[in-house]
Amino acid sequence: MMKTDEKLIIKGKRIDGRKPEDVRKMKMEVGVIPNAEGSALVSFGKTTALASVYGPRPLHPRHLQESDTGLLRYKYDMATFSVDERKRPGPSRREIEISKVSREALEPALFLKKFPRTVVDVFVEILQADGSTRVTAINAASLALADAGVPMRDLVVGLSGGMLDGKIVIDLMGKEDNYCDADIPIAYLPSKKEITLLQMDGRLTPEETKKIVRDVLHASKKVYEKQVEALKKKYSE
Amino acid sequence: MEDDNNDEGKVREITIPGELIGSEKTFKGGYGTYTENGKVFSKFVGILRKKNDYVSVIPLSGVYIPQINDDVIGIVIDVQKFGWTVDINSPWEGFLSLSEGVDEYVDLKKVRMTKYFDLGDIIYTQVLSSRGSDVQLSMESPISRKLRGGTIVKITPNKVPRLIGKKGSMVNMIKDKTGTNIRIGQNGLVWVSGDDISKAVKAIKMVEEKSHVYGLTEEVAEFLG
Amino acid sequence: MKSNYIIKLLEKNERLDGRKLDEFREITIEKNPIERAEGSARVKMGKTDIIVGVKLELGTPYPDTPDAGVLRTGAEFNPMAHPEFETGPPGEDATEVARVIDRGIRESETIKVEELCIEEGEKVWMVYVDAYPINHDGNLIDAGSLASLVALNSTRMPKLEEDDKINREELKGSLPINHQPITVTVGKVNGKFLVDPTFEEEKVLETKLSIAVTEEDTVVSMQKSGNGPLSDDDVDKMIDVAVKKSKEIRKLISNGKKTTKSKAKANKSGKSKDGS
Repeated sequence: MMKTDEKLIIKGKRIDGRKPEDVRKMKMEVGVIPNAEGSALVSFGKTTALASVYGPRPLHPRHLQESDTGLLRYKYDMATFSVDERKRPGPSRREIEISKVSREALEPALFLKKFPRTVVDVFVEILQADGSTRVTAINAASLALADAGVPMRDLVVGLSGGMLDGKIVIDLMGKEDNYCDADIPIAYLPSKKEITLLQMDGRLTPEETKKIVRDVLHASKKVYEKQVEALKKKYSE
Repeated sequence: MEDDNNDEGKVREITIPGELIGSEKTFKGGYGTYTENGKVFSKFVGILRKKNDYVSVIPLSGVYIPQINDDVIGIVIDVQKFGWTVDINSPWEGFLSLSEGVDEYVDLKKVRMTKYFDLGDIIYTQVLSSRGSDVQLSMESPISRKLRGGTIVKITPNKVPRLIGKKGSMVNMIKDKTGTNIRIGQNGLVWVSGDDISKAVKAIKMVEEKSHVYGLTEEVAEFLG
Repeated sequence: MKSNYIIKLLEKNERLDGRKLDEFREITIEKNPIERAEGSARVKMGKTDIIVGVKLELGTPYPDTPDAGVLRTGAEFNPMAHPEFETGPPGEDATEVARVIDRGIRESETIKVEELCIEEGEKVWMVYVDAYPINHDGNLIDAGSLASLVALNSTRMPKLEEDDKINREELKGSLPINHQPITVTVGKVNGKFLVDPTFEEEKVLETKLSIAVTEEDTVVSMQKSGNGPLSDDDVDKMIDVAVKKSKEIRKLISNGKKTTKSKAKANKSGKSKDGS
C-alpha cells in the first residue's frame, strides 16, 4: 500500500462526499447483449463491468468434458482503456488469478449437475476501472447468469471494504484502494449467508479484519436489493 | 404454458434465484425449485405457480432442455458411420441413428450416409430419449421430415408457446396472411417457407419481442393486414 | 442456414430486415462513454455494438519519422460478442479488422501526427486506439472505423509534467485532427451490391470491399476481403456507393455535439495551466 499525505477522510466524509459506510451510486441493467443468453451492465460510480453468458452449451474439445456435471468458465478482462496507463491486451497474471477466484465464487451458486459435458461461459469486460473491479464484475456475472436462466441456488453479490485513515470504509474507489491500510473484496450468497470470495491485502488487527468482513456483509444488502430490482425490471414487463 | 394468455392483466409474481418460497411442511417443491434445510427456494427468475400444496417456478429465460416427444428443428453438423450428429440449439447435440433416421434397409457397402442426410441439412425431428448428455432423435413421427428451402428464425425457446398461441391461433394466423408454411421447433428454431417470408419473419420477431404485451394477437393481425 | 433465402431475396433487391440494398441500419453514436479514457465512443449499427477507447502514452518515434507521433490500432473479437468467437489472441479476421480501421485513420492523416512530437527522434505521443466489439451482428469494420473516428474527435490531450509524468487529471485541449474519414464496406453476391451487411449476410457474400473516404471525397484506403472476384466495373460501382454513403454517415457525427462534460474538462485544464 502506498502512503499519501493527503487526508482521504475529512470530517467524516470521503473524497467523493460519501460517508464511510456508503456504497457508490450503483447502476444495473440486464439484457444488454442480444447475442448472449444472458448479459448485464453494472457500475459502482465510475467502475463499470459488462458481463455476458453463453450456455450451457456443448464443450469442445471432448476431453475437457465432465460426465457428471457441467463446467463454469469465467474470464475477467480489463479493456486497454479502462485504466490510466493503457493496459496491454491479453490476460495478465492478475487477470488470470481474478478469473479463478471469481469462478470459484460463482460455482456454489449454480446447479450444473444436470448439464453433464457442457460449459457455461461467463465473459466479463471491465470497461472502466475505479477500484473494486472484481466485485463489480461478480455482480454483473450474477445478473447475467440469472438472465441466462442458468439454475441458481442464489444470486451472488460482490462488495469490498477496507481501512482508510483508521476508519472502516465500504466500496473502495481507485484512489482509496491505492492508499488504504487494507482492502477486502468479498462475494456472498445473501440468502444462504455463504462467503464465496474473500481476499485481503494490507495490515490489520484480527479484530479489525473481522469487523470489516461483517460490515461488508451488512452493506451488501443494498447491492442485493439493486440486483433484484434490475432483474424484476427486465422481467416484469 | 399455452395458457399464458390467461395471465394478461394480472400481476405476475416473479421469483428470483435463491428466493424463499415457503417451508417444506406447507409446500411440496416442483419444477424450478429446490429444497434445502426444510425450506423451498426458487432456482430461476420465473413465475411462481401454486396449486394446493404444490409450488413450481416457470423460468422466464434459458436454453432449450430436450424432452421426450418434443418436435425440434435441427441442423446436421456431422455425418458418422451409423448416424448423424445434429445441432438442436440445446446444451447437447442430438444423435439421429441410421435406424431412426431411415425407414428402409440400408446396405452401407452400396450407399453413402449422405444420400439421406448431409452436412447442413435442416430436419424437423423428434426427441426419442434424453438422458443426461445423451439425446437421441427420431424421424419416425409422421410429421418429421427434411426441410428444404425456406429460412430459419431463432427465437427464445420459452417464447415458443406464445408463437404457437392458443390451439395454434397465432402461428396459423401468420401462415394464412403471409401464404407461408411454418414449422416451429420446441427448441426455439422456426422454419419458414412460401410466399411472403420476410413478412412472416417480421411477425415472428414481433411476437418474440412483444410477448408480454396485452392484445398482442390484435397487434400482429394489424401488422399482417 | 438462411443463406439460400437471403440470396433469393437479393435477386428481388430485397433484404431479410426490409432494408434497401444501399441502406445502413440505424446508427447510434455515443460520445465519451468511458470517462477514464482520453477519448471514447460507442457505436451501434442495428444490433452490432462496439466500443472504442483511445489512450495516450509516451514512446519513441519510428526511425523514418522521427518527428511524428505514433498510431497503434487494435481490435479483438471479444468472445462476449458472439457465440462463435473464442478466447485467445486475435486471429486473422480480427487482425484484418484492426488493420483496416488503422489504415483509414493513418492514410487519411486523420491525426496531425507531427504535432504529437515532443522531442525529435526521442519522445513522441503514442495514440492507442482499441476496439472492443460487444455484440457482433456484422460489419465490424464500418462500425469500428466510425467509433474510432468519433473517439479520436473526442480525445483530450493529457498534460505532460516536467519529469515526463503523464497527468491525466489535467487535460490540455483536444487531439489535433485533420480529416474525417468514413469507411464504407460494400458487399457483392450474385452480381448484387449491398452495404452494412448483417452477420448472416456476411456469410453469403462472395467478397466485400471496404473503402475509406475523407470529407474531400478522397479515397484513402481499400481492402478487398473474401475470395470472390471483382471486375473493374464492379469496383467503379462500389467506390461510387462508398462516396455517397460516406457523406450521409459523416453528417451523423457533425450533427452531434461534444458532451458538455468534455468541454468543462477542457476549460478546467486551461485554468490550471495558467496557474502552474
